[in-house]
Amino acid sequence: MATDYSLVRLADRRYRRTLWLRGLHVDIPLLVGLLVLAAVGLTVLYSASAQNSDMLTRQLIRLSLGFGAMLVLAHIPPHHFQRWTPWLYGVGVILLLAVLVIGEIGKGAQRWLDMGVIRFQPSEIMKLAVPLMVAWYMAERPLPPASKILMIAALTVVVPTLLIARQPDLGTGLLVASSGMFVLLLAGVAWRLVFTVLGLLAAVAPVFWYFLHDYQRERVITFLNPEHDPLGSGYHIIQSKIAIGSGGFYGKGWLNGTQAHLDFLPERSTDFIFAVLGEEFGLIGILVLLLIYFSIIARGLYIASQAQSTFTRLVAGSIILAFFVYVFINIGMVTGLLPVVGVPLPLVSYGGTSLVTMMAGFGILMSIHTHRRLLSG
Amino acid sequence: MAPRTHLKDHLRETHLFTSRILVALVVVGVLLVVVVVRLIYLQIISHEHFSTLSENNRVNIMPMPPTRGLIYDRNGVLLAQNLPAFSLEVIPEQVKDMDRTLAALAQLITIGEDDIEQFKKRLDQKHPYEAIPLRLRLSEEEVARFAVNRHRFPGVDVGARLARDYPLGELAVHAMGYVGRINEADLKVLDVSNYRGTTHTGKTGVEKYYEDVLHGQVGYQHEETNAVGRVLRVLERRMPIPGQNLYLSLDLDLQMVAELALTGKRGAVVAINPKNGEVLVAASLPGYDPASFVNGISTKDYDTLRQSPDQPLFNRIVTGQYPPGSTVKPLVALAGLEYKAITPHTSTFCPGWFSLPGDDHRYRDWKKDGHGNVDVRLAIMRSCDVYFYNLARSLGIDRMQKYLGYFGLGRRTEIDLPGEVAGLLPSRDWKRAARRQAWYPGETLITGIGQGFMLTTPMQLAAATAMLASRGEVWRPHLLHATQQTSTSQLVLQAPVHVGKVPVADAANWETVISAMEGVVHDPGGTAKGINRGITYQMAGKTGTAQVFGIKQNQKYKASELTERLHDHALFVAFAPVDDPVIAVVVVVENGGSGSGEAAPVARAVMDRYFANKSGS
Repeated sequence: MATDYSLVRLADRRYRRTLWLRGLHVDIPLLVGLLVLAAVGLTVLYSASAQNSDMLTRQLIRLSLGFGAMLVLAHIPPHHFQRWTPWLYGVGVILLLAVLVIGEIGKGAQRWLDMGVIRFQPSEIMKLAVPLMVAWYMAERPLPPASKILMIAALTVVVPTLLIARQPDLGTGLLVASSGMFVLLLAGVAWRLVFTVLGLLAAVAPVFWYFLHDYQRERVITFLNPEHDPLGSGYHIIQSKIAIGSGGFYGKGWLNGTQAHLDFLPERSTDFIFAVLGEEFGLIGILVLLLIYFSIIARGLYIASQAQSTFTRLVAGSIILAFFVYVFINIGMVTGLLPVVGVPLPLVSYGGTSLVTMMAGFGILMSIHTHRRLLSG
Repeated sequence: MAPRTHLKDHLRETHLFTSRILVALVVVGVLLVVVVVRLIYLQIISHEHFSTLSENNRVNIMPMPPTRGLIYDRNGVLLAQNLPAFSLEVIPEQVKDMDRTLAALAQLITIGEDDIEQFKKRLDQKHPYEAIPLRLRLSEEEVARFAVNRHRFPGVDVGARLARDYPLGELAVHAMGYVGRINEADLKVLDVSNYRGTTHTGKTGVEKYYEDVLHGQVGYQHEETNAVGRVLRVLERRMPIPGQNLYLSLDLDLQMVAELALTGKRGAVVAINPKNGEVLVAASLPGYDPASFVNGISTKDYDTLRQSPDQPLFNRIVTGQYPPGSTVKPLVALAGLEYKAITPHTSTFCPGWFSLPGDDHRYRDWKKDGHGNVDVRLAIMRSCDVYFYNLARSLGIDRMQKYLGYFGLGRRTEIDLPGEVAGLLPSRDWKRAARRQAWYPGETLITGIGQGFMLTTPMQLAAATAMLASRGEVWRPHLLHATQQTSTSQLVLQAPVHVGKVPVADAANWETVISAMEGVVHDPGGTAKGINRGITYQMAGKTGTAQVFGIKQNQKYKASELTERLHDHALFVAFAPVDDPVIAVVVVVENGGSGSGEAAPVARAVMDRYFANKSGS
């Protein structure tokens, strides 16, 4: 079988190196990248939180939970994920409906579901369940997908997206939608179709304007013209640009950022932590961070390219691209390239829910990479 | 699916996928370059521009909390004020060696272990440029001692702020209430922007009820700070509007007499002016020191207060519910006269017990041998239970409930204090809804002597007594006498609220009942004759005892054999002078035993002082 030989040929030295680790299903390059990132994150957080050791401890606990979840998932062979996918997706949709019906009001929006002991956001499940579901559906069918199959796949993305957008949580809705769309793109949807859809979306964008909530419109307006409300919603962007810009090439030095420490920069431990990094470590610090992110993403794409089944490669590819979207949207927002949509900087921002989901995604990536078999060896 | 096509697809798929991954890699790379270009623009090209902005980013908007209004009694006696409280504050980033500084400070000023511990905790939480309090409530001497040595301690300073102070301590604490630190529950109710900078809010009593009058309006100042956050100068300021001062209708002199008379006991005293509803005395004992709540009470102290069997935190005035006992008899008698169930001359024979026809249950009189033949005057004077059993039976629960309702029983008085409860005026409907049971005839009887389900608060009883005194004028009881803007010092008097009138067809009925109540105090046969020695004014009153628990048939009540907590509550309601009453007083002594012995002397003391002050001035 020709394909098998080509796969064997693709198995490189690094793959052989991981062979001795097959008892332990861990991808060392990915693990190292994530650990370095987490360490950088804690360093910045220490400064951003005004040297609050309590916050640091809590973030460390969250990180440990995240890494723990990743290691556990890495040891589950990928065909199990494939089997569970429809169930996970089904449960996720039901929980989303439940949130809409009985959801507790948290932060003015219905996102949380109180399960007695723990509260969690079902939309977090969908960040993984949607790409898994689309990949599961595509895996059984010849690719590139026929238009009818494409329609059904698109539907599995659109339904949860609309449910999440209704909560209303536009940011997460967009992330979920994009991770599902990545699967379609990787599955080989014709570029012509992609651009047509994008063009159509641009055309109907003004219509969407009328469905946006006031605070969402506010964000778009402030994005386009931050100065229009300098002490209100434009304040975030103006202050974060000042923080990053005043950092210059070398930065003001760790713990020396005046913007952040004088309370001018809002949400400096969470969504706007990138601005603290920019102020204190300058362009050099930012380039280092971007390099770490790029290494992780490149490794992820490599893992996707080495995956052996349609399901696993689609899943791996979309997980790592969704990770990139996080990074890009957050940095784009903080530097004033994109509207403020409330997306955390992966593994650096203070805060928990999305961290665990993200690490679970990396767990699946590791599982995919470390459970490969040498076919007909 | 044919295996051949599948194989072909598989190969094509792999190629397709690999190419898509490559595209993704390129797009990721391009977007990251876009980000880097943006950052180069921000951090290299526009660096100077943003650097300048950052340097000038120094104007902070600081809230200036308003000064809380003061509280006085009706004669201008100060009940609540704001005193400057000095605290020792440290700005961590200006201190080079914290441990040595703390040690040196400790030699000048007493700094406890607690203080250090609190300080270290805050040190972790606050920004290094923020002042952190090390010691609160410095004495004048300590402030002076530090001032001389200030040059030795860079980064350490004395901060001053206003703290609520209650100069009279426990006196009238349940009416006054206290302020405490704003907590999360408060934040849900308060206007957050107006409370920026305010640390305390009214928690109970008048302090809570008139929070919005007392608080005032927040002000702002724009402060220019240097690069480490220190205020250099004030650029612009909008002054806060201080809260209004309150003048309460309380007479602290009378209040003191009442609380002294009740010292060591549990209970409540309320005095009302029947002509306008002004509350002159509102005492609930035991009390507590409000000052301990202002700066945050320790959990241990709070638990001690809360778990004390004497319930010092319990505001008996408006939340204590007691059976009114015999104090309700004048009202029942009035109902009887109004509904013509009795005339002033109707006489009933009292053998010491009463039975409903067809039932051998004996409803006992407090006097075992009975009072013999009594009319309404004697029945009130001697508090004959049998007379009122009989009267209650002929009135029936419906008419009795309706008439007692005119006097506000079972309803909140709407006094200006938080947390008031409604008491309970039982009716057939109430019993069906609350107990899912029919009304029994026996329950009508005991309602007639103020026992059974009926519950009243001391404030309700006082309001009802004031209505009796004024021959039916219903005034809403209130504590607020006047408000005062600090800017103008002008007093704005609180207009009394006239709610209505108790419907009485024959005005002579008032006099029949009131003259009997006068007999209670002044007639040698009255139950409160013990307090009439040397009295210079005519007082009308009624004693009452409220059973704490039921006494079984044929069982004699022996106070000595019961633990004190199971003794009856002692009650006394009174007003004076009989002809044109100006004061109505209610006294409740928990487990006091007898109304005449324990409660009546307290009312006499309050009234004596009232009339002495009046003739004196």
